[in-house]
Amino acid sequence: MIHIFATQWQSLLYGLGQTLLCSIIALFFSLIIGSLFAIFEIMPNKLMRIIGRVYVEIFRNIPLLVITMFFFVVLPLYVTKINGFTAGTIGLTIYTSAFIAETVRSGIQSVDEGQMEGALSNGLSFWQSMRFIVLPQAFKIVIPPLGNQFINLVKNSSVLAFVAGFDLMYQGNMIANDTLQTMPTFFAVGILYLIITMPLSYYMRHLEKKLA
Amino acid sequence: MRKRWRFIGLLSALALLLITMTSCGTKTALSDQDVLQNDIKNNTITWGVKADTKLFGLMNVKNSQVQGFEIDLAKAMTKEILGKNGKAVFVPVTSQTRVPLLRNGNIDAIMATMTINPERAKQVDFTRSYFDAGQAILVKKGSPIHSVKDLNKKGAVVLGVTGSNSVQNIGKFAPKARVLQLSDYAQALTALKSKQGDALTTDNGILYGMSVENPGYVVVGGAFTNEPYGIAVNKGQTKFKNRLNKALTKVEKDGTYNKLLDKWFGHVKGFNYEEMKR
Repeated sequence: MIHIFATQWQSLLYGLGQTLLCSIIALFFSLIIGSLFAIFEIMPNKLMRIIGRVYVEIFRNIPLLVITMFFFVVLPLYVTKINGFTAGTIGLTIYTSAFIAETVRSGIQSVDEGQMEGALSNGLSFWQSMRFIVLPQAFKIVIPPLGNQFINLVKNSSVLAFVAGFDLMYQGNMIANDTLQTMPTFFAVGILYLIITMPLSYYMRHLEKKLA
Repeated sequence: MRKRWRFIGLLSALALLLITMTSCGTKTALSDQDVLQNDIKNNTITWGVKADTKLFGLMNVKNSQVQGFEIDLAKAMTKEILGKNGKAVFVPVTSQTRVPLLRNGNIDAIMATMTINPERAKQVDFTRSYFDAGQAILVKKGSPIHSVKDLNKKGAVVLGVTGSNSVQNIGKFAPKARVLQLSDYAQALTALKSKQGDALTTDNGILYGMSVENPGYVVVGGAFTNEPYGIAVNKGQTKFKNRLNKALTKVEKDGTYNKLLDKWFGHVKGFNYEEMKR
Protein backbone atom coordinates (compact mmCIF):
# COMPACT_ATOMS: atom_id res chain seq x y z
CA MET A 1 0.00 0.00 0.00
CA ILE A 2 2.89 2.34 0.83
CA HIS A 3 4.22 1.44 -2.60
CA ILE A 4 0.98 2.64 -4.22
CA PHE A 5 1.20 5.96 -2.37
CA ALA A 6 4.83 6.35 -3.37
CA THR A 7 4.42 5.65 -7.06
CA GLN A 8 0.91 6.92 -7.79
CA TRP A 9 0.71 9.93 -5.53
CA GLN A 10 0.15 12.31 -8.43
CA SER A 11 -3.05 10.72 -9.67
CA LEU A 12 -4.22 10.05 -6.13
CA LEU A 13 -3.64 13.65 -5.17
CA TYR A 14 -5.48 14.87 -8.24
CA GLY A 15 -8.35 12.52 -7.44
CA LEU A 16 -8.43 13.73 -3.85
CA GLY A 17 -8.60 17.31 -5.13
CA GLN A 18 -11.49 16.55 -7.49
CA THR A 19 -13.40 14.68 -4.78
CA LEU A 20 -12.83 17.53 -2.34
CA LEU A 21 -13.86 20.17 -4.89
CA CYS A 22 -17.00 18.27 -5.87
CA SER A 23 -17.86 17.68 -2.20
CA ILE A 24 -17.44 21.33 -1.25
CA ILE A 25 -19.52 22.61 -4.18
CA ALA A 26 -22.23 20.01 -3.60
CA LEU A 27 -22.22 20.60 0.17
CA PHE A 28 -22.64 24.35 -0.23
CA PHE A 29 -25.42 24.24 -2.81
CA SER A 30 -27.27 21.26 -1.37
CA LEU A 31 -27.42 23.02 2.00
CA ILE A 32 -28.94 26.15 0.41
CA ILE A 33 -31.33 24.29 -1.90
CA GLY A 34 -32.22 21.82 0.85
CA SER A 35 -33.05 24.56 3.37
CA LEU A 36 -35.12 26.39 0.75
CA PHE A 37 -37.24 23.34 0.00
CA ALA A 38 -37.53 22.61 3.73
CA ILE A 39 -39.11 26.05 4.16
CA PHE A 40 -41.34 25.42 1.13
CA GLU A 41 -42.56 22.26 2.80
CA ILE A 42 -43.84 24.05 5.89
CA MET A 43 -45.08 27.25 4.28
CA PRO A 44 -48.73 28.26 4.79
CA ASN A 45 -49.21 28.41 1.00
CA LYS A 46 -50.49 25.04 -0.18
CA LEU A 47 -48.96 25.26 -3.67
CA MET A 48 -45.50 25.83 -2.22
CA ARG A 49 -46.00 22.89 0.13
CA ILE A 50 -46.84 20.65 -2.81
CA ILE A 51 -43.82 21.86 -4.77
CA GLY A 52 -41.55 21.12 -1.81
CA ARG A 53 -43.09 17.71 -1.21
CA VAL A 54 -42.83 16.65 -4.88
CA TYR A 55 -39.20 17.74 -5.16
CA VAL A 56 -38.17 15.89 -2.04
CA GLU A 57 -40.09 12.71 -2.81
CA ILE A 58 -38.81 12.49 -6.39
CA PHE A 59 -35.13 13.03 -5.76
CA ARG A 60 -35.01 11.19 -2.45
CA ASN A 61 -36.38 8.05 -4.07
CA ILE A 62 -34.31 7.85 -7.26
CA PRO A 63 -30.85 6.27 -7.05
CA LEU A 64 -28.04 8.79 -7.25
CA LEU A 65 -26.48 6.98 -10.18
CA VAL A 66 -29.68 7.34 -12.20
CA ILE A 67 -29.86 11.10 -11.55
CA THR A 68 -26.20 11.49 -12.48
CA MET A 69 -26.48 9.39 -15.62
CA PHE A 70 -29.44 11.52 -16.65
CA PHE A 71 -27.29 14.64 -16.54
CA PHE A 72 -24.37 12.87 -18.19
CA VAL A 73 -26.24 11.15 -21.01
CA VAL A 74 -29.56 12.85 -21.67
CA LEU A 75 -28.74 16.51 -21.17
CA PRO A 76 -25.92 16.65 -23.77
CA LEU A 77 -28.29 15.21 -26.37
CA TYR A 78 -30.91 17.94 -26.08
CA VAL A 79 -29.62 20.86 -24.05
CA THR A 80 -25.95 21.58 -23.66
CA LYS A 81 -22.57 19.92 -23.48
CA ILE A 82 -21.73 18.93 -19.94
CA ASN A 83 -18.75 16.97 -18.69
CA GLY A 84 -18.64 14.13 -16.20
CA PHE A 85 -17.49 16.24 -13.28
CA THR A 86 -20.28 18.80 -13.70
CA ALA A 87 -22.91 16.11 -14.27
CA GLY A 88 -21.76 14.27 -11.15
CA THR A 89 -21.68 17.39 -9.01
CA ILE A 90 -25.15 18.50 -10.12
CA GLY A 91 -26.55 15.01 -9.53
CA LEU A 92 -24.96 14.83 -6.10
CA THR A 93 -26.23 18.29 -5.16
CA ILE A 94 -29.82 17.54 -6.13
CA TYR A 95 -29.82 14.10 -4.52
CA THR A 96 -28.34 15.32 -1.24
CA SER A 97 -30.52 18.44 -1.12
CA ALA A 98 -33.63 16.25 -0.94
CA PHE A 99 -32.27 14.54 2.17
CA ILE A 100 -31.13 17.81 3.68
CA ALA A 101 -34.60 19.28 3.06
CA GLU A 102 -36.14 16.48 5.09
CA THR A 103 -33.57 16.90 7.85
CA VAL A 104 -33.99 20.66 8.10
CA ARG A 105 -37.78 20.38 7.92
CA SER A 106 -37.79 18.08 10.94
CA GLY A 107 -35.62 20.65 12.70
CA ILE A 108 -37.93 23.54 11.86
CA GLN A 109 -40.94 21.56 13.04
CA SER A 110 -39.29 20.73 16.33
CA VAL A 111 -38.91 24.46 17.09
CA ASP A 112 -41.86 25.52 19.23
CA GLU A 113 -44.67 27.07 17.19
CA GLY A 114 -44.83 29.97 19.62
CA GLN A 115 -41.46 31.21 18.28
CA MET A 116 -42.92 31.77 14.83
CA GLU A 117 -46.12 33.28 16.21
CA GLY A 118 -44.16 35.62 18.43
CA ALA A 119 -41.92 36.73 15.58
CA LEU A 120 -44.87 37.34 13.28
CA SER A 121 -46.82 39.28 15.94
CA ASN A 122 -43.75 41.47 16.49
CA GLY A 123 -44.04 42.67 12.92
CA LEU A 124 -41.46 40.44 11.20
CA SER A 125 -42.39 38.98 7.83
CA PHE A 126 -42.49 35.20 7.29
CA TRP A 127 -39.05 35.12 5.68
CA GLN A 128 -37.58 37.43 8.33
CA SER A 129 -38.88 35.30 11.17
CA MET A 130 -37.55 32.22 9.44
CA ARG A 131 -34.15 33.78 8.90
CA PHE A 132 -33.66 35.35 12.34
CA ILE A 133 -35.79 33.32 14.74
CA VAL A 134 -36.68 29.81 13.57
CA LEU A 135 -33.79 28.67 11.35
CA PRO A 136 -31.00 29.41 13.85
CA GLN A 137 -32.76 27.27 16.43
CA ALA A 138 -33.64 24.59 13.89
CA PHE A 139 -30.07 24.21 12.63
CA LYS A 140 -28.80 23.78 16.16
CA ILE A 141 -31.12 20.84 16.59
CA VAL A 142 -30.29 19.14 13.31
CA ILE A 143 -26.51 19.37 13.44
CA PRO A 144 -26.00 15.65 14.17
CA PRO A 145 -28.21 14.34 11.33
CA LEU A 146 -26.86 17.08 9.05
CA GLY A 147 -23.35 15.85 9.77
CA ASN A 148 -24.47 12.41 8.67
CA GLN A 149 -25.72 13.83 5.40
CA PHE A 150 -22.44 15.65 4.80
CA ILE A 151 -20.40 12.51 5.37
CA ASN A 152 -22.72 10.58 3.07
CA LEU A 153 -22.28 13.30 0.50
CA VAL A 154 -18.50 12.93 0.50
CA LYS A 155 -18.75 9.17 0.12
CA ASN A 156 -21.45 9.43 -2.52
CA SER A 157 -19.16 11.64 -4.58
CA SER A 158 -17.63 8.35 -5.75
CA VAL A 159 -20.48 8.40 -8.27
CA LEU A 160 -18.15 10.62 -10.31
CA ALA A 161 -16.12 7.54 -11.13
CA PHE A 162 -18.97 6.24 -13.28
CA VAL A 163 -19.17 9.36 -15.41
CA ALA A 164 -15.41 9.85 -15.77
CA GLY A 165 -15.21 12.72 -13.26
CA PHE A 166 -11.54 12.01 -12.42
CA ASP A 167 -12.31 11.71 -8.70
CA LEU A 168 -10.57 9.52 -6.13
CA MET A 169 -12.57 6.41 -7.00
CA TYR A 170 -11.92 6.90 -10.73
CA GLN A 171 -8.18 7.21 -10.13
CA GLY A 172 -8.36 4.18 -7.85
CA ASN A 173 -9.97 2.10 -10.59
CA MET A 174 -7.35 3.27 -13.05
CA ILE A 175 -4.39 2.56 -10.77
CA ALA A 176 -5.81 -0.83 -9.80
CA ASN A 177 -6.01 -1.73 -13.47
CA ASP A 178 -2.63 -0.39 -14.45
CA THR A 179 -0.76 -2.03 -11.60
CA LEU A 180 -3.13 -4.96 -10.99
CA GLN A 181 -2.62 -4.30 -7.27
CA THR A 182 -6.31 -4.15 -6.52
CA MET A 183 -6.33 -4.57 -2.75
CA PRO A 184 -3.55 -2.14 -1.81
CA THR A 185 -4.95 0.47 -4.19
CA PHE A 186 -8.41 0.44 -2.69
CA PHE A 187 -7.01 0.49 0.84
CA ALA A 188 -5.09 3.59 -0.18
CA VAL A 189 -8.26 5.10 -1.64
CA GLY A 190 -10.18 4.21 1.53
CA ILE A 191 -7.61 5.98 3.68
CA LEU A 192 -7.79 9.09 1.49
CA TYR A 193 -11.57 9.16 1.91
CA LEU A 194 -11.03 8.90 5.66
CA ILE A 195 -8.75 11.94 5.47
CA ILE A 196 -11.72 13.95 4.17
CA THR A 197 -14.51 12.46 6.26
CA MET A 198 -12.80 12.13 9.64
CA PRO A 199 -12.09 15.86 10.13
CA LEU A 200 -15.59 16.62 8.86
CA SER A 201 -17.04 14.19 11.35
CA TYR A 202 -14.98 15.68 14.18
CA TYR A 203 -15.86 19.22 13.21
CA MET A 204 -19.58 18.44 13.25
CA ARG A 205 -19.20 16.88 16.68
CA HIS A 206 -17.31 19.92 17.88
CA LEU A 207 -20.02 22.20 16.48
CA GLU A 208 -22.67 20.15 18.22
CA LYS A 209 -20.90 20.51 21.56
CA LYS A 210 -20.24 24.19 21.10
CA LEU A 211 -23.75 25.18 20.12
CA ALA A 212 -25.87 22.83 22.19
CA MET B 1 -5.47 14.72 30.80
CA ARG B 2 -8.49 12.76 29.71
CA LYS B 3 -8.39 14.47 26.35
CA ARG B 4 -4.80 13.48 25.82
CA TRP B 5 -5.56 9.83 26.58
CA ARG B 6 -8.37 9.95 24.12
CA PHE B 7 -6.06 11.38 21.48
CA ILE B 8 -3.51 8.65 22.07
CA GLY B 9 -6.28 6.06 21.87
CA LEU B 10 -7.44 7.39 18.55
CA LEU B 11 -3.90 7.50 17.22
CA SER B 12 -3.17 3.92 18.20
CA ALA B 13 -6.47 2.76 16.69
CA LEU B 14 -5.51 4.40 13.42
CA ALA B 15 -2.04 2.87 13.56
CA LEU B 16 -3.57 -0.56 14.17
CA LEU B 17 -5.87 -0.07 11.19
CA LEU B 18 -2.91 0.86 9.03
CA ILE B 19 -0.91 -2.19 10.09
CA THR B 20 -3.80 -4.57 9.43
CA MET B 21 -4.36 -3.07 6.03
CA THR B 22 -0.73 -3.25 4.96
CA SER B 23 -0.41 -6.84 6.07
CA CYS B 24 -3.61 -7.71 4.21
CA GLY B 25 -2.22 -6.14 1.08
CA THR B 26 0.98 -8.12 0.99
CA LYS B 27 -0.53 -11.54 1.67
CA THR B 28 -0.85 -13.68 -1.46
CA ALA B 29 -4.10 -15.54 -2.03
CA LEU B 30 -2.58 -17.86 -4.63
CA SER B 31 -3.37 -21.47 -3.85
CA ASP B 32 -0.81 -24.17 -4.38
CA GLN B 33 -3.36 -26.60 -5.71
CA ASP B 34 -3.21 -28.15 -9.13
CA VAL B 35 -6.11 -26.64 -11.02
CA LEU B 36 -6.03 -29.21 -13.83
CA GLN B 37 -6.26 -32.09 -11.39
CA ASN B 38 -9.12 -30.48 -9.49
CA ASP B 39 -11.01 -29.80 -12.69
CA ILE B 40 -10.65 -33.37 -13.90
CA LYS B 41 -11.84 -34.62 -10.50
CA ASN B 42 -14.89 -32.32 -10.52
CA ASN B 43 -15.44 -32.75 -14.26
CA THR B 44 -15.86 -28.97 -14.44
CA ILE B 45 -13.86 -26.02 -15.70
CA THR B 46 -14.89 -22.59 -14.42
CA TRP B 47 -14.29 -19.87 -16.99
CA GLY B 48 -14.30 -16.15 -16.41
CA VAL B 49 -16.02 -14.62 -19.44
CA LYS B 50 -17.40 -11.28 -20.61
CA ALA B 51 -21.15 -10.88 -20.35
CA ASP B 52 -21.45 -7.42 -21.90
CA THR B 53 -19.61 -7.80 -25.18
CA LYS B 54 -21.54 -8.62 -28.31
CA LEU B 55 -20.10 -11.42 -30.46
CA PHE B 56 -17.65 -12.50 -27.71
CA GLY B 57 -19.76 -12.97 -24.60
CA LEU B 58 -23.17 -11.41 -24.10
CA MET B 59 -25.81 -12.24 -21.53
CA ASN B 60 -29.02 -13.35 -23.21
CA VAL B 61 -31.75 -12.05 -20.93
CA LYS B 62 -34.33 -14.50 -22.28
CA ASN B 63 -32.64 -17.60 -20.88
CA SER B 64 -30.01 -15.85 -18.72
CA GLN B 65 -27.19 -17.62 -20.54
CA VAL B 66 -24.02 -16.00 -21.78
CA GLN B 67 -23.55 -16.43 -25.51
CA GLY B 68 -20.74 -15.62 -27.90
CA PHE B 69 -17.61 -16.76 -29.66
CA GLU B 70 -15.57 -17.10 -26.48
CA ILE B 71 -18.33 -19.10 -24.79
CA ASP B 72 -18.55 -21.57 -27.67
CA LEU B 73 -14.78 -21.85 -27.87
CA ALA B 74 -14.55 -22.44 -24.11
CA LYS B 75 -17.22 -25.14 -24.35
CA ALA B 76 -15.37 -26.86 -27.19
CA MET B 77 -12.10 -26.73 -25.26
CA THR B 78 -13.74 -28.02 -22.09
CA LYS B 79 -15.13 -30.99 -24.02
CA GLU B 80 -11.66 -31.59 -25.46
CA ILE B 81 -10.04 -31.64 -22.03
CA LEU B 82 -12.66 -33.40 -19.89
CA GLY B 83 -14.39 -35.53 -22.47
CA LYS B 84 -17.93 -35.37 -23.81
CA ASN B 85 -19.59 -34.95 -20.41
CA GLY B 86 -17.26 -32.23 -19.20
CA LYS B 87 -19.07 -29.24 -17.77
CA ALA B 88 -18.10 -25.64 -18.47
CA VAL B 89 -19.26 -23.14 -15.86
CA PHE B 90 -19.26 -19.46 -16.84
CA VAL B 91 -18.73 -16.61 -14.42
CA PRO B 92 -19.24 -13.11 -15.84
CA VAL B 93 -16.24 -10.88 -15.23
CA THR B 94 -15.24 -7.34 -16.15
CA SER B 95 -11.83 -5.96 -17.02
CA GLN B 96 -11.52 -4.87 -13.40
CA THR B 97 -12.65 -8.04 -11.65
CA ARG B 98 -11.11 -10.75 -13.81
CA VAL B 99 -7.60 -10.87 -12.34
CA PRO B 100 -8.71 -10.68 -8.67
CA LEU B 101 -11.30 -13.43 -9.30
CA LEU B 102 -8.64 -15.63 -10.91
CA ARG B 103 -6.23 -15.06 -8.06
CA ASN B 104 -8.65 -15.94 -5.30
CA GLY B 105 -9.66 -19.09 -7.12
CA ASN B 106 -13.23 -18.21 -8.09
CA ILE B 107 -12.40 -18.97 -11.70
CA ASP B 108 -9.90 -21.37 -13.23
CA ALA B 109 -9.16 -19.45 -16.41
CA ILE B 110 -9.98 -16.11 -18.00
CA MET B 111 -11.25 -16.02 -21.56
CA ALA B 112 -12.56 -12.47 -21.59
CA THR B 113 -11.13 -10.49 -24.51
CA MET B 114 -7.89 -10.22 -22.53
CA THR B 115 -4.93 -9.01 -24.55
CA ILE B 116 -1.58 -10.64 -23.94
CA ASN B 117 0.98 -8.04 -22.84
CA PRO B 118 4.20 -8.17 -20.82
CA GLU B 119 2.76 -6.14 -17.91
CA ARG B 120 -0.04 -8.66 -17.43
CA ALA B 121 2.25 -11.61 -18.04
CA LYS B 122 3.97 -10.67 -14.78
CA GLN B 123 0.70 -11.27 -12.90
CA VAL B 124 -0.80 -14.21 -14.79
CA ASP B 125 0.27 -16.86 -17.30
CA PHE B 126 -1.10 -16.70 -20.83
CA THR B 127 -1.77 -19.46 -23.32
CA ARG B 128 -1.18 -19.06 -27.03
CA SER B 129 -3.39 -16.43 -28.65
CA TYR B 130 -6.87 -17.65 -29.61
CA PHE B 131 -7.97 -14.50 -31.47
CA ASP B 132 -5.87 -11.86 -33.20
CA ALA B 133 -7.61 -8.58 -32.57
CA GLY B 134 -6.34 -5.07 -33.19
CA GLN B 135 -7.30 -1.72 -31.77
CA ALA B 136 -9.52 0.56 -33.86
CA ILE B 137 -11.89 3.48 -33.36
CA LEU B 138 -15.66 3.77 -33.67
CA VAL B 139 -17.20 7.11 -34.69
CA LYS B 140 -20.57 8.48 -35.73
CA LYS B 141 -21.28 8.20 -39.45
CA GLY B 142 -20.11 11.36 -41.22
CA SER B 143 -17.71 12.35 -38.45
CA PRO B 144 -14.62 14.36 -39.53
CA ILE B 145 -12.45 11.75 -37.85
CA HIS B 146 -11.21 9.14 -40.30
CA SER B 147 -8.33 7.55 -38.45
CA VAL B 148 -6.59 7.63 -35.11
CA LYS B 149 -4.31 10.41 -36.40
CA ASP B 150 -7.25 12.79 -36.58
CA LEU B 151 -7.67 12.38 -32.83
CA ASN B 152 -4.19 13.66 -32.07
CA LYS B 153 -5.19 17.27 -31.41
CA LYS B 154 -6.08 19.41 -28.44
CA GLY B 155 -9.73 19.16 -27.45
CA ALA B 156 -10.29 15.72 -28.89
CA VAL B 157 -11.93 13.35 -26.43
CA VAL B 158 -11.54 9.59 -26.72
CA LEU B 159 -13.76 7.20 -24.78
CA GLY B 160 -12.46 3.92 -23.45
CA VAL B 161 -13.13 1.30 -20.83
CA THR B 162 -11.31 1.25 -17.50
CA GLY B 163 -8.78 -1.52 -17.32
CA SER B 164 -8.58 -2.15 -21.03
CA ASN B 165 -5.31 -2.09 -22.87
CA SER B 166 -6.65 0.33 -25.42
CA VAL B 167 -6.71 3.38 -23.16
CA GLN B 168 -3.00 2.98 -22.57
CA ASN B 169 -2.35 2.59 -26.29
CA ILE B 170 -4.26 5.68 -27.27
CA GLY B 171 -1.76 7.64 -25.20
CA LYS B 172 0.90 6.58 -27.69
CA PHE B 173 -1.05 7.07 -30.91
CA ALA B 174 -2.88 10.26 -29.98
CA PRO B 175 -1.00 11.79 -27.03
CA LYS B 176 -2.80 15.12 -27.30
CA ALA B 177 -6.28 13.66 -26.93
CA ARG B 178 -8.02 13.50 -23.57
CA VAL B 179 -9.11 10.03 -22.54
CA LEU B 180 -12.29 9.36 -20.56
CA GLN B 181 -12.50 5.92 -18.99
CA LEU B 182 -15.94 4.46 -18.37
CA SER B 183 -16.87 1.33 -16.51
CA ASP B 184 -18.06 -0.88 -19.39
CA TYR B 185 -18.59 -0.94 -23.15
CA ALA B 186 -22.32 -0.28 -22.94
CA GLN B 187 -21.68 2.87 -20.95
CA ALA B 188 -18.87 3.98 -23.23
CA LEU B 189 -21.16 3.58 -26.24
CA THR B 190 -23.92 5.52 -24.49
CA ALA B 191 -21.42 8.27 -23.77
CA LEU B 192 -20.39 8.31 -27.44
CA LYS B 193 -24.04 8.64 -28.44
CA SER B 194 -24.47 11.59 -26.04
CA LYS B 195 -21.45 13.23 -27.64
CA GLN B 196 -19.33 13.02 -24.52
CA GLY B 197 -16.46 12.02 -26.79
CA ASP B 198 -15.42 12.11 -30.44
CA ALA B 199 -14.53 8.46 -30.76
CA LEU B 200 -14.68 5.19 -28.87
CA THR B 201 -11.58 3.07 -28.89
CA THR B 202 -11.09 -0.59 -28.13
CA ASP B 203 -10.40 -3.84 -29.98
CA ASN B 204 -11.96 -4.08 -33.43
CA GLY B 205 -13.80 -7.32 -32.64
CA ILE B 206 -15.82 -5.52 -29.99
CA LEU B 207 -16.33 -2.42 -32.10
CA TYR B 208 -17.74 -4.53 -34.97
CA GLY B 209 -20.28 -5.89 -32.50
CA MET B 210 -21.32 -2.35 -31.58
CA SER B 211 -21.50 -1.29 -35.21
CA VAL B 212 -23.79 -4.24 -36.00
CA GLU B 213 -26.14 -3.15 -33.21
CA ASN B 214 -25.94 0.57 -34.05
CA PRO B 215 -25.93 1.17 -37.80
CA GLY B 216 -25.32 4.90 -37.26
CA TYR B 217 -21.80 4.21 -36.03
CA VAL B 218 -18.88 2.91 -38.04
CA VAL B 219 -15.37 1.56 -37.49
CA VAL B 220 -12.88 3.78 -39.30
CA GLY B 221 -9.17 3.71 -40.05
CA GLY B 222 -8.67 -0.02 -39.53
CA ALA B 223 -6.64 -1.65 -36.78
CA PHE B 224 -3.58 0.28 -35.63
CA THR B 225 -2.23 -2.17 -33.07
CA ASN B 226 -1.83 -5.90 -32.62
CA GLU B 227 -3.89 -7.24 -29.74
CA PRO B 228 -3.72 -11.01 -29.48
CA TYR B 229 -6.26 -12.39 -26.99
CA GLY B 230 -5.01 -15.13 -24.72
CA ILE B 231 -6.45 -17.33 -22.00
CA ALA B 232 -5.05 -16.38 -18.60
CA VAL B 233 -4.37 -18.84 -15.77
CA ASN B 234 -2.74 -18.36 -12.39
CA LYS B 235 1.04 -18.29 -12.20
CA GLY B 236 2.43 -21.74 -11.52
CA GLN B 237 -0.41 -23.64 -13.19
CA THR B 238 1.86 -24.73 -16.02
CA LYS B 239 0.21 -28.15 -16.43
CA PHE B 240 -3.18 -26.52 -16.88
CA LYS B 241 -1.77 -23.95 -19.29
CA ASN B 242 -0.12 -26.61 -21.45
CA ARG B 243 -3.32 -28.64 -21.50
CA LEU B 244 -5.26 -25.55 -22.64
CA ASN B 245 -2.74 -24.91 -25.41
CA LYS B 246 -3.10 -28.50 -26.55
CA ALA B 247 -6.88 -28.23 -26.54
CA LEU B 248 -6.71 -25.00 -28.53
CA THR B 249 -4.53 -26.62 -31.19
CA LYS B 250 -6.98 -29.51 -31.36
CA VAL B 251 -10.06 -27.36 -31.94
CA GLU B 252 -8.17 -25.32 -34.53
CA LYS B 253 -7.11 -28.43 -36.42
CA ASP B 254 -10.46 -30.20 -36.49
CA GLY B 255 -12.23 -27.16 -37.96
CA THR B 256 -14.29 -26.31 -34.89
CA TYR B 257 -12.49 -22.99 -34.54
CA ASN B 258 -13.24 -21.86 -38.10
CA LYS B 259 -16.84 -22.98 -37.76
CA LEU B 260 -17.28 -20.86 -34.63
CA LEU B 261 -15.49 -17.90 -36.20
CA ASP B 262 -17.84 -18.05 -39.18
CA LYS B 263 -20.88 -18.48 -36.93
CA TRP B 264 -20.14 -15.33 -34.93
CA PHE B 265 -18.20 -13.09 -37.31
CA GLY B 266 -19.19 -14.34 -40.78
CA HIS B 267 -21.96 -11.77 -41.20
CA VAL B 268 -20.07 -8.78 -39.81
CA LYS B 269 -19.32 -6.06 -42.35
CA GLY B 270 -15.64 -5.23 -42.64
CA PHE B 271 -14.52 -8.38 -40.86
CA ASN B 272 -11.82 -10.26 -42.78
CA TYR B 273 -12.68 -13.91 -42.25
CA GLU B 274 -9.97 -15.25 -44.55
CA GLU B 275 -7.30 -13.43 -42.59
CA MET B 276 -8.56 -14.59 -39.20
CA LYS B 277 -9.28 -18.25 -39.87
CA ARG B 278 -6.82 -20.86 -38.67
